[in-house]
Amino acid sequence: MRLVIIGNGITGVTCAVAVRRLNPEARITLVSAESAHHYSRTALMYVYMGHLRPQDIKPYEDWFWAENRLELVHASATLLNTEEQLLVLDNGTTLAYDQLLLATGSASKLYGWPGQHLAGVQGLYNLPDLQAMTRDTHGISRGVVVGGGLIGVELAEMLHSRGIETLVLVREARYWAGVLPPEEAQLVDRQFQENHVTVRYRTELREILGDTQGRVRAVVTTAGEEIACQWVGLATGVAPNLGLALTSNVETDRGILVDEYLRTNVPNVFAAGDCAQFRRPASGEVPIEQLWYTGRMQGETVAHTICGHPTPYRRGVWFNSAKFFNLEYQTYGQAPAGPTPGLTSFYWEHPSARGALRIYFRSEAPHAVVGFNAMGLRLRQAVCEHWIQQATAVATVMAQLGKANFDPEFFPQHENTIVKAFNQQFPQQPVVLKHRKGLFNFTKR
Amino acid sequence: MTPTLATPPLPTSSPAEKLSLAAVAAGVLALVLALADADAARQQTWLYLALGLVSAGTLAWSWLKFGQKPAGVHQNNLWLRASTGRGAVAWVTGLVLTGFYVVLYWYSGDDGRGNFGPLNNLVHGLDDFSQWLRARPADQWFLYGTFYTLAILLMGTRALWKYRHSRYQLIRTGSVMFFQLGFAFIIPGLLQFFQQPEFYFTYFWPLKYEYLFPGTVTGLVHNGGVGMFMVFWGAVMSFLATPVLTYFYGKRWYCSWVCGCGGLAETAGDPYRQLSDKSRAAWRWEVRLIYPILGLIIAITVLLWANFALNSTLLGEAGNVGAKWYGFAIGAVFSGVIGVGFYPILGSRVWCRFGCPMAAYLGLLQKHFSRFRISTNGGQCISCGNCSNVCEMGIDVKQYAQRGAPIVRASCVGCGLCSTACPRGVLNLENGPREGRYQSSQLIHADSLRILS
Repeated sequence: MRLVIIGNGITGVTCAVAVRRLNPEARITLVSAESAHHYSRTALMYVYMGHLRPQDIKPYEDWFWAENRLELVHASATLLNTEEQLLVLDNGTTLAYDQLLLATGSASKLYGWPGQHLAGVQGLYNLPDLQAMTRDTHGISRGVVVGGGLIGVELAEMLHSRGIETLVLVREARYWAGVLPPEEAQLVDRQFQENHVTVRYRTELREILGDTQGRVRAVVTTAGEEIACQWVGLATGVAPNLGLALTSNVETDRGILVDEYLRTNVPNVFAAGDCAQFRRPASGEVPIEQLWYTGRMQGETVAHTICGHPTPYRRGVWFNSAKFFNLEYQTYGQAPAGPTPGLTSFYWEHPSARGALRIYFRSEAPHAVVGFNAMGLRLRQAVCEHWIQQATAVATVMAQLGKANFDPEFFPQHENTIVKAFNQQFPQQPVVLKHRKGLFNFTKR
Repeated sequence: MTPTLATPPLPTSSPAEKLSLAAVAAGVLALVLALADADAARQQTWLYLALGLVSAGTLAWSWLKFGQKPAGVHQNNLWLRASTGRGAVAWVTGLVLTGFYVVLYWYSGDDGRGNFGPLNNLVHGLDDFSQWLRARPADQWFLYGTFYTLAILLMGTRALWKYRHSRYQLIRTGSVMFFQLGFAFIIPGLLQFFQQPEFYFTYFWPLKYEYLFPGTVTGLVHNGGVGMFMVFWGAVMSFLATPVLTYFYGKRWYCSWVCGCGGLAETAGDPYRQLSDKSRAAWRWEVRLIYPILGLIIAITVLLWANFALNSTLLGEAGNVGAKWYGFAIGAVFSGVIGVGFYPILGSRVWCRFGCPMAAYLGLLQKHFSRFRISTNGGQCISCGNCSNVCEMGIDVKQYAQRGAPIVRASCVGCGLCSTACPRGVLNLENGPREGRYQSSQLIHADSLRILS
């Protein structure tokens, strides 16, 4: 089998590595114009901030590819001919395939703002973006970030690390309003304040103003305010990169359309990761998933199908994580941002505003737990997932809370105060804490 | 991947930060003056002025740099600064440190008339202090011990500010500061004050190899009760306490909580921890070097005891010659000149990783007879590489984390920085049961990585 993978991001690479495991004979080629080797997109910010060097964000050392017989082609695929199962590359060569995986990722989404193409206006998605940002924020005094999501806070932290005054425009009334409940968003807002980053909520970008050299000099908000700045980061989301798919008869909508096996409408052509759009997403799931974790899971799944073991994509219990300046965040299961019929949530917050735990459970008895939000606390994923899958009653979860504690040794253990708070909020379900974590982590499993 | 990233201008230091660094520089200048001045009284004044300025400057700078900012991981511009990113400042620092060790080891011995070579003025500057603590004049090793302890206390305080969001780091840093000051400085001094053998209760064979050599043992035993206890303590720590403690907590109980070499690496070496080589090639060198060195010191010890037991020189002078050369090549060149002198270039744990026989011994126990491991939290790893970056032992931690695998490595000293630096809360040091110690998370699928096992 000759497998060609377009894209060397987490999805393409996970697929390549999984196919190599399943089929030691397969000939596997990864094509990417962006970088010679796979790198971790999530780590771009750490290179900018000087925590890491560019070579430090490669998940595998360079010998890995040759030793696992994964061929790397550093070029861009410009044309896909599915009739002849052939790809044309921009280096003048062609590449034949038996199976093709499109893992072309995303591109930053722009909303047609006036001035969005000025120099010093950009998103942050790939290495060229990082290079542009490094160049264009060189010695500037103020940057404006547009967008109240994960990339927005990353960009703010990056600028802050260089001592650049930073201002963030957020369309909603609170940070990441589509995902975080108000209390959690408030904790993130505290982080912005502590780090002296100004956030304008309920404020959108109307226009970007340039100077005579075509460089950004200011932005105008929907409130009519003009804010002088020398750089603008657009963190308003990404859209599937369809460039190659559109040169062929592969069906697309917003993304490349796939069934639950990640197959496109064309035989032997698959799509996975950011660029794929499910024709019929499972209930409660979105058609396009643009996360590191989902990219990895889709890459793993499609590898099985490619190797002749058709495997539907089953995401399992949802999980995600992030870090907002100095505040870590983990979420498991169903954790809606606002009131949801049939669901109740218990929320506890540490007085320092650096730690919080929210547990979502069904309103009707036996109050099965459906999700968690943890801020500034670390929860054990396997335990949370087990509780959610088993529909464990919230009283049982509260009594066993220490089992999910993944904080390092000697860290303050809050289980007692959390259970106390729960008993105050839900006196009808009294809980006695049975499992603390204890010192030294002599974990019983 | 070779993106051409222009080196950006580093944020300028505040006037207060500049002032604190100027104090450190003035302290170094005063040290040079102490070396150059011919007047004995002024030498001492210069030396104390130097120690005072360096201490005050370092503490003030650390507080401004870390104590003033919100608690959290502070690594900004780590690789961009010349001092911590192998720039010119790092090379100069490395040369000065290396030069100091060369002079200390080979050109500072007492010439019989109380002259200690190039470091003479500094040594005598500490005479009063040494008389007070040890009831005897200073020598070059007392000077070294004083500098060493001061470095751990000052840079330890910096680490306390820098890592104050992690109680594990606070307690661990406090521990290395306590053991250095108490067990590696004050107690040996007091023992001498009371005319007892100078003994370090926190160093054991095979790191402090001579503690179980027949010459040392017989010398101590002849000393009487205190000496007998020292021999007993050394043997128990090497052969009983070490396996038992390592079984429960991993080698960290020693390497990053007690040991003086580890103490210096964790405090003075903290700005350089990211410089350790994470490549598979470096790992191969580690294995090639550290186990043969352990074998060598065991062989030398056995040889010396065989000679002693047979009461003959049946095997000639081989044991003594071996011990002498081991002391030169491993004890001085490797652990001192390379181990510490190269901090700013090779990272802070070169000796611990490639050379220390105690680390090799603890590592074998940790890998095969211990409950310790670093657990990975399900599938939460994003392969960002922050964990590998801060690993002073050069373990490519993310190779395990991104596979959902626990980290069980002979070299891991359990400093916990990977867990501290992880932005997604993926890593945790645990002393779980031995069953399932190597078991990966079911939430992520292992890939066919072919690295050393």
